[in-house]
Amino acid sequence: MAELTLVQAVNLALARALSDDPDVVLFGQDIGIHGGVFRATEGLYQRFGGRRVIDTPLDEMTIGGLAVGMATQGLKPVCEIQFIGFIYPVLDNLANHAGRMRTRTRGRLSCPLVVRTTHGGLVRAPEHHSDSIEALLAHLPGLRVVIPSSPRQAYGLLLAAIRDPDPVVFLEPTRLYRAFREEVEDDGRAAPLDRCFVTDAGSDLTLVAWGAMHADARAARDELAKEGISAEVIDVATLKPFDADTLLASVERTGRCVIVHEAARTGGFGAEIAAILAERGLPSLLAPVERVTGYDTVVPMPRLEKAYFPDRQRIIEACERVMRYG
Amino acid sequence: MQPNAGRDTVAATFEVRRRQYLDEDGNAVADLPAAARDQTLLRRIYRFMSLSRALDAKFVSLQRTGRSGTYAPAYGQEAVPIGLASAMRETDVLVPSYREGSAQLWRGVEIADLLQYFAGSERGQAWSAPAVRRDLPICITVGNQALHAAGVAAALKYRGEDAAAVCVFGDGATSKGDVYAAINVAGAWALPVVFVVTNNQWAISTPRNRQSAAETLAQKGMAGGIAVLQVDGNDVLAVHDAVSEALARARAGDGATFIECVTYRLQDHNTADDSTRYRDPAEVEQHRARCPLRRLRAYMQLSGMWSDEEEQAMVRQIAQEIDGAVERHLDAAGEGAQAMFDHLHAELPAAYRGQRAEAVRRDHG
Repeated sequence: MAELTLVQAVNLALARALSDDPDVVLFGQDIGIHGGVFRATEGLYQRFGGRRVIDTPLDEMTIGGLAVGMATQGLKPVCEIQFIGFIYPVLDNLANHAGRMRTRTRGRLSCPLVVRTTHGGLVRAPEHHSDSIEALLAHLPGLRVVIPSSPRQAYGLLLAAIRDPDPVVFLEPTRLYRAFREEVEDDGRAAPLDRCFVTDAGSDLTLVAWGAMHADARAARDELAKEGISAEVIDVATLKPFDADTLLASVERTGRCVIVHEAARTGGFGAEIAAILAERGLPSLLAPVERVTGYDTVVPMPRLEKAYFPDRQRIIEACERVMRYG
Repeated sequence: MQPNAGRDTVAATFEVRRRQYLDEDGNAVADLPAAARDQTLLRRIYRFMSLSRALDAKFVSLQRTGRSGTYAPAYGQEAVPIGLASAMRETDVLVPSYREGSAQLWRGVEIADLLQYFAGSERGQAWSAPAVRRDLPICITVGNQALHAAGVAAALKYRGEDAAAVCVFGDGATSKGDVYAAINVAGAWALPVVFVVTNNQWAISTPRNRQSAAETLAQKGMAGGIAVLQVDGNDVLAVHDAVSEALARARAGDGATFIECVTYRLQDHNTADDSTRYRDPAEVEQHRARCPLRRLRAYMQLSGMWSDEEEQAMVRQIAQEIDGAVERHLDAAGEGAQAMFDHLHAELPAAYRGQRAEAVRRDHG
């Protein structure tokens, strides 16, 4: 078993999918001989050839439109958008076609495609490279929105996304690409979609996070333990459709919930989770639900990004506030 | 730019050819292609063009009487959808806009399907006939389908199929990035796709000359390095011939073609539009004389392929066919509310089961 970074786990899953299924094709900008700007497709062109690992012209709209067309004919396009800030031209095809093709043809055609892109910031990247628009994507019917928080999850969830018969947007936390290694077995086993994972059990409060923030939530949990606060951590691996049952079961145990995300606060996915708790979890709540999020500002360039993104301290303070109730 | 300034030399030269076989009165203006002597083919083409026109009238009247929804007629431009559909094989894939119902009928969609769709149900796009099983549904979002067609063509090429995609969009769509992008990738990847522009001169209220300063729309294809042609879009022989030739080229692996069919929209953009607000009725009248049905019928009568008696019989038959379909299918029982959920994903995710149950419980339709 190899110790892999998240980006290496993505590469391993892509290679496995290409080996297993002749209908899988990869395309995007510079993903061929170059191996992708983050090296997610490194070596795949050399191994599987230019017929299956394809460089596209430099146009995201082209990538989105091609993916829809190919998918309607039964191929399984897995396309890469270099950075999440460049995904907006793809939204037209995701919203108007990928998410609706099956409905519009009553199952005659479908769109089994995967759009992979980066997610989040704190990597000292230029403008437009650090956004988190998972809530915007999750609002579009017919799509799945998946985000791994570790190399092992990246391998299993990406395989699941590629095998899923419907469109999936797969968000890869840029900050985690090379942040840490984990043993990843190339066993071809997919992780389950449509569910959240309790990664750390606790009894006093539930910390809900996804992507890179999951690591910060766990770090906060370790600190809180020193204060005698026992936090349970949930990794929301699939944002849409959202696994409310795991959340509600956890909050039933703990009575408190803090939601952490990088994205701007207003209309962020944390609002959806808080609303679910308000609708279905109220009897369990001992304290108001807190959100620790990015601000409702433009994501700043690197000199200010530490001021924008939630960090361990902000999470700890929110947890301490909810603990003061009851 | 000054001619012969500096060291300017000619880097490339281009030319747009225009194809026409019949004049407005059905007389040959050039040596006719073999299809022009194929009586079975021409009779079928003429029948479907006539069906298209009759169906347009029916859909407009159904909409006016509140029995069906918004509809965009193809009145006056029937030679384009039927010209291209008649050039396609079953194995080719049609990627239409929203004015090619007649092409869909040609390929095996049923009048009942169109009735269901325009009366307001997606069920009208669940076609099962072999030729249309993998055709794309109509595309309301103008121009998106051009890249879908490129993707379809990429899939056909990937699988080594002896088939091509045929994509249709209007003059307005040629202003969209999707269309430029599709031309570009179709050229770069030598995709088996034929783009057909139905240049009917009007994008709702915006005339062709406000859409683009390009002398022809066909030349837009040249920017992507693909073959281009302009055809008289009211001459069904020219459309059929141009698309057949482009399809042969695509299937042979010689890449994409961009065909501009110059025609005219004789009616409103759709049933929600009133073109008298922006268009001179005299202009419309002038174009009536160029009617594609009239032209083909004149040619067929001149060549002894068609008679007034046959015309009358066909008109009666088509009316019966349409009325029968309307009677049988227009008010067919609708789907229940579960239909919204049951094709959202291959299998309904657990998260939405409660919503489905609620919608079904509350559905009194």
